[in-house]
Amino acid sequence: MTAVCLECEGEIRPADDVQVNEVIECGECNVELEVLSVRPLTLALAPEVEEDWGE
Amino acid sequence: MTGVSAPIAVLASRVRADEKRVLSELDRRGVGYEHVDTRALWGFLGHADGRIVLNREIGQVRAHYAASLFEQAGARVLNSARAIGTCGDKWHCSVALARAGVPTPETALALTPEGALEAFDAVGYPAVVKPLVGSWGRLVTAVPDREVAATVLEYVRALPNPQSHVVYVQRMIPKPDRDIRVIVVGDEPVGATYRRGEQWRTNVARGAVSEPCALTPEITALALGATRAVGADIAGVDLIEDVDGALTVLEVNHGVEFSGFQAALGDAVDVAARIVDHLVAEAAT
Repeated sequence: MTAVCLECEGEIRPADDVQVNEVIECGECNVELEVLSVRPLTLALAPEVEEDWGE
Repeated sequence: MTGVSAPIAVLASRVRADEKRVLSELDRRGVGYEHVDTRALWGFLGHADGRIVLNREIGQVRAHYAASLFEQAGARVLNSARAIGTCGDKWHCSVALARAGVPTPETALALTPEGALEAFDAVGYPAVVKPLVGSWGRLVTAVPDREVAATVLEYVRALPNPQSHVVYVQRMIPKPDRDIRVIVVGDEPVGATYRRGEQWRTNVARGAVSEPCALTPEITALALGATRAVGADIAGVDLIEDVDGALTVLEVNHGVEFSGFQAALGDAVDVAARIVDHLVAEAAT
């Protein structure tokens, strides 16, 4: 299960238990990517943290 | 919200380690659920939906409206729109704590930055100014004296959102380099941790480290009283000790994050399991 980083085109190989809407980091360029689907693995740039996010 | 039959829904637009633990526990027990990404959520007024909904939405505005959307449809939402509305606004939370007789630091509210300097003077220095809405210690500012208060208020006045001009001022409690976090699920404390940090804001999001804390009868009573005061099912209650060891409740968090808490307490507790226990019990009633 691999995909290509949308920012740097590096290979993304997430953990086996990765979930939809989880955010993973590209090991090459450190950009945050959101998992949109697991099979097939599709990614999008993760949304920026918003002012009302938190606990 | 239409065409689904799973008895449990889990709302989350971002699946962090905490949400993964809960979803994994539901999977492990074979409990059916639907994971709902709130960014795609919509519903009709009056639509029927009788599910039990775990609200793990990270954005407070979306969490609040999502809870309202499900509640008006007949669902039971943990936490409810009322609890989110109370916990999500520091003034409303302070009011709820005070009304319930839960000890909380002396607090004042000024409706304009112009009126806030007098509030600072009345509360005394050092004081703390906090945004009404916000988390992770963001923009929470220590105000050592009147000169700094006046400067902070100049910045507050320049903020574009009218809500930002309402100023929440709290007496700063001299405390050790730690606070106490208690997680409560279904009217029972799961455990307690110290959050120790190098800076005075001891939020885990700011690098504070969680360590085990004994769940004393006093801590338990305060945490349960605070959780009931805000009407939450699942809560992260923050307490501080003053230099004499007296405890006060700072605030109650409706969307409690528990990775640091879980790591500190290890096998002694399983927060995700307790949340799933509560969900399943609610679904069975």
